[in-house]
Amino acid sequence: MTRLSNAFPANHPALVTFITAGDGDTAANLDALVAGGADVIELGMPFTDPMADGPAIQKANIRSLEAGTTTADIFAIATAFRTRHPDVPLVLMGYANPMTIRGADWFASECNKAGVDGVICVDIPPEEDAELGPTLRNAGIDLIRLATPTTDTARLPAVLDGASGFLYYVSVAGITGLQQAAQTSIDEAVARLKAYTDLPVAVGFGVRTPEQAANIARVADGVVVGSALVELVAEHGINAAGPIRDYVASLKAAIQSARS
Amino acid sequence: MTTPEPVLNSFRNQPDDRGHFGQFGGRYVAETLMPLVLDLEREYRAAKQDPAFQAQFDDLLEHYVGRPSPLYHAERLTAECRKDAPEGKGAQIWFKRDELNHTGAHKINNCIGQILLAIRMGKTRIIAETGAGQHGVATATVCARFGLPCFIYMGAKDIERQQPNVFRMRLLGAEVIPVTSGAGTLKDAMNEGLRDWVANVHDTFYIIGTAAGPHPYPELVRDFQSVIGTEARAQMLARTGRLPDLLVAAIGGGSNAIGLFYPFLDDKDVAMLGIEAAGHGLDKEHAASLAGGRPGILHGNKTYLLQDEDGQIAEAHSISAGLDYPGIGPEHSWLKEIGRVRYDSVTDKEALDAFQLLCRTEGIIPALEPSHAIAAVAREAVKMDKDAIILANLCGRGDKDIFTVAEALGVNI
Repeated sequence: MTRLSNAFPANHPALVTFITAGDGDTAANLDALVAGGADVIELGMPFTDPMADGPAIQKANIRSLEAGTTTADIFAIATAFRTRHPDVPLVLMGYANPMTIRGADWFASECNKAGVDGVICVDIPPEEDAELGPTLRNAGIDLIRLATPTTDTARLPAVLDGASGFLYYVSVAGITGLQQAAQTSIDEAVARLKAYTDLPVAVGFGVRTPEQAANIARVADGVVVGSALVELVAEHGINAAGPIRDYVASLKAAIQSARS
Repeated sequence: MTTPEPVLNSFRNQPDDRGHFGQFGGRYVAETLMPLVLDLEREYRAAKQDPAFQAQFDDLLEHYVGRPSPLYHAERLTAECRKDAPEGKGAQIWFKRDELNHTGAHKINNCIGQILLAIRMGKTRIIAETGAGQHGVATATVCARFGLPCFIYMGAKDIERQQPNVFRMRLLGAEVIPVTSGAGTLKDAMNEGLRDWVANVHDTFYIIGTAAGPHPYPELVRDFQSVIGTEARAQMLARTGRLPDLLVAAIGGGSNAIGLFYPFLDDKDVAMLGIEAAGHGLDKEHAASLAGGRPGILHGNKTYLLQDEDGQIAEAHSISAGLDYPGIGPEHSWLKEIGRVRYDSVTDKEALDAFQLLCRTEGIIPALEPSHAIAAVAREAVKMDKDAIILANLCGRGDKDIFTVAEALGVNI
């Protein structure tokens, strides 16, 4: 078992939380996510051209890059997090170019050194898996794949081939942080995905309220919340840790109550 | 037409079935778009085999766009360049006149092809990105022609410097959506186009303006633009009984250049030169991805990009808004690496000089994009023998640029 697979015990839906590295006081914010009860941390790697993200995460990327965040800074943040939290799974999420620019070997090796458990790359679909997938898998790092409302049943095996850690279901065809999917469509999609894979299925995109999180947690193995957290950093700047912890705790309580 | 069929060991058999030109190209898109990109590829393969599709494309190019565009021997420009040439030097200069197309540039060739594909796929809403506004105008034009709603993403900064084209697009019924993220230029408009597409995949077709983006776009844009080189090759043979010695074209994303080059790639005695925008100079701000960048992944493809050591994309600069992009089509990256095409660059100032040179010697006001090619033509002509032939693509006319040029020359109009 890995840190990541341990994060999804049966009948205990996990809370997966995202913040952008280098935006605000990242170390304090990461600690606040853990204190609030997050089960998996996604640490966003800022990119100049985040074409799958909505305004909230776009702005977080710009704030981080304008503050001078480098890839070395991101791995330093991850390394320090791993020292403080030996057991909390940490996933890097971002775009292909910053991940591959020094070669897949370099990236996988840095992930290993920093104690990163998994990677989500938005713009490397299964068709381009050779770019990063084999190297990450050889290094024992999970490559987390995304399924979307446009991923039909015929395509699903390609998406699942080489996927590990968990399956991230992007519940809306769109960008991060804007629309919310109807609960019935999420229920149907999760049931369909779970018929094809034993991987835990976590659902994200547009999840904001504890009530929504609880509804998703009734059917899915995990709930992903990102833009709402990034907006707290935008609002509170370097003093976001308190509000983040409280908000995460409210999500966690809702998720825990979902199956009791 | 006398274009040779692709052969074994041909330079014309790329991309492979996964959309790769050597290590370049590919399909680096979010999963939401992936099924659509695969759909588009299937539909494009079917259309390519469909004589009715080809017939409709050819008919529109002839009667709506005004093709074939003329092949023109620029004798006064040739004479002007010979003044500075050593004895016996000073090649003949010829132009493929795609600036005479409807809407004033080569962009319309591709837009006709893509809107026919969109209609074939049952899509009812068209989006596009634009930098200078030429692709936006061409897209708005074909949308008006076929009665489809049209949404054009354009950087807020580009909207400011290209007001006439913004007004043209609106006259044609398009909605121009300002993009304020990033630096508010072409790359940001492309990001916003992709965001729109991902949210509206069910009914929307994205007409990409250059030979870049996820497969099959680089291939299909090249194929639609290859009408330029196919015509030019036949015209040159008919007029001079031989092929040109050197082809020259300006490159932003590279669609006019690949359109000219592709039909000649297997003519081994035809040399080719692609000209990137060197902006203020290659050691300053510029848009020359091949000269100043390295391979990376952006906007759906792997290609040469202007970027820092962490892979963050740099802002490009060129006086020509149409060349102001930090990447280049993946086939050009491949042609550079295998050495089939030579690439060089021309600065803002050299392009401005060439712009004025063509106005005065030939009575043609070129766009700033081909002005880069013209500067390179003048540079090359003096090194080549008098009986050599240079063929350059005059891919757009300069009406849209007169305000930019006036400002650069310090003239108040």
